[in-house]
Amino acid sequence: MKRRDFLKIACFSVAGLPARSTLDLLSEKAFPKPSRKEGQPKWAMVVDLKACLTKPGCRTCLDACHSIHNVPNIDNRKDEVKWIWTNPYKEVFPEHTYQFSSVGVQTRPVLVLCNHCDNPPCVKVCPTKATFKRDDGLVMMDYHRCIGCRYCMAACPYGARSFNWKDPRPFIKEINRDFPTRTRGVVEKCSFCEERLVRGLKPACVEACTANGLTFGDLNEPDSQVRRLLAFKTSARRKAHLGTEPKVFYLV
Amino acid sequence: MIEKALRGGRIYWAWVMLLLVMIALGLIFYVRQWNLGLGITGMGRDVSWGLYIANFTFLVGVAASAVMVVLPYYLHNFWVFGRITIFGEFLAVSAVTMSVLFIFVDLGQPARVFNIMLYPSPRSVLFWDMIVLNLYLILNLIIGWRALEAERQEEAPPTWLKHLVFLSIPLAISIHTVTAFIYSGLGARPFWLTALLAPRFLASAFASGPALLIILCLIMRRFTKFDAGQEAIQKIALIVTYALSIHMFFFLVELFTVFYGGIPEHMHHFQYLFGPGGQPLLTVSAWIALILTWTAFFLLINPRTRRIEGTLIYALLAIIIAVWIEKGLSFVIPGFIPSPLGEISRYSPTFAEIIITKGVWAFGFLVLTVLYKIAVSVKEDLSI
Repeated sequence: MKRRDFLKIACFSVAGLPARSTLDLLSEKAFPKPSRKEGQPKWAMVVDLKACLTKPGCRTCLDACHSIHNVPNIDNRKDEVKWIWTNPYKEVFPEHTYQFSSVGVQTRPVLVLCNHCDNPPCVKVCPTKATFKRDDGLVMMDYHRCIGCRYCMAACPYGARSFNWKDPRPFIKEINRDFPTRTRGVVEKCSFCEERLVRGLKPACVEACTANGLTFGDLNEPDSQVRRLLAFKTSARRKAHLGTEPKVFYLV
Repeated sequence: MIEKALRGGRIYWAWVMLLLVMIALGLIFYVRQWNLGLGITGMGRDVSWGLYIANFTFLVGVAASAVMVVLPYYLHNFWVFGRITIFGEFLAVSAVTMSVLFIFVDLGQPARVFNIMLYPSPRSVLFWDMIVLNLYLILNLIIGWRALEAERQEEAPPTWLKHLVFLSIPLAISIHTVTAFIYSGLGARPFWLTALLAPRFLASAFASGPALLIILCLIMRRFTKFDAGQEAIQKIALIVTYALSIHMFFFLVELFTVFYGGIPEHMHHFQYLFGPGGQPLLTVSAWIALILTWTAFFLLINPRTRRIEGTLIYALLAIIIAVWIEKGLSFVIPGFIPSPLGEISRYSPTFAEIIITKGVWAFGFLVLTVLYKIAVSVKEDLSI
């Protein structure tokens, strides 16, 4: 260790502040540069609403996600936890012209989940960096660091985040031992199946979909399936005007 | 000086006991919340902040308002406030203590609270709020305590104290500004997304905080030998009048932009709040706050009703209640309704939530009582 480094560390230790985080802060490790790294993927999902319509009442993607991620099934709206679910079309896309659509079109169920925004407001507001954006664009949660202030829930324009208002474990039908359960008092949400991506698998919802309605891929790869879909079809994103740059696209 | 808080009459001890009982009750329910989680409150997935954060917001305002007596006294040598600045500073100490406690009881994982310092996040407004609130708390405690010590020794306060006071003045503005920024920086919540929020917060704080200070002065005059003086009370009442008028002006300005601008997502929250069709708890309290505000306004702008303490006190109470509603039930809650997905949820605080809230208030009032008791005793000793 150089003398200079030793003095640096000694100074910060004496200052009584957690030396490591202070050093990180000063050495700009705490301010990651906007990541446009070569060879780094940027994951995105394309939801085809027409495909969803071919199977009314279908829940395969929802069940696949919630069962492998140990999402509790709490049967009241106040305390419920959800990673992926459906909402009526007119509520998901309030800015679309639906006034003259039939009631059927207005109330058509649309799949919603965390948008893994490129400019995530939840990450900005988190006072502990318990929620953070990875270089590959995934917005992640550290369940062990979250203090449960729920500032991220107030900041999310999509209602994508759930809080564990009580111990979730009694409400999990069958615990999947390969994935952590959460404790009361922390926020959780869709993780784009980070644990499957590292194994080269697609997200569970994409794999489970029997209607071929969900496509997952790399936006940085010009030949990827998602890029090809987006290149030639009309797509929409939820509340794109807020500047959050959502990475879940809808083919309408 | 602290020993002065241990000597008091029967009323003093009865009051302290009452506060201790309320704190104990709050603690019992807080232990329940600690063990079971925040599910025992009325908050939920859609309305994810409630009574705790509402009280936090209100109390940061009360804390900031100390500047309304500190500034004229220290910057403009307005001697009339000389007798009461310490009470303003001690009120700030107690109000910040409660604010910090309200944030604490609102946490889902309170044991991890120090993560805010372990992983400093300068992009988060909450991180900055934590810093300014703690600084302001420490400053006011030092300033108030040292100034009182100087008064007891019958000597001039040290010069360094004045530098701290100069620091505390912009800090008072900043605690409430940063608190407003927690809300007004969220693109997701159109109800809060207004640049006018910080000025509105400050105006309503400068009405409600000094109103509380006058009431505390009147209580002290009734039970102790300390008298803030007619002139001081009247001057603060004038400050309250101006602040209230500005607050009402700001509110009307906000209404104009929202409704003349006519953007639906901005109007929805106001329409839901003032009804018809909204949750009665929210709508009724919103209208009560409006009526109280206007009543107080007419009682205060009329010099005759402002000068008579019998009517002044009603105006002040009306302001305190109105601003408490406006910053809580009429501000924090409707920001979440309708939800980003257009859902209309209801929020009613639960019994446990209310008892915990009362416990925090009782703790704040205990801090206030002890500090005020010490200050009054010092002043009483001097006048003998």
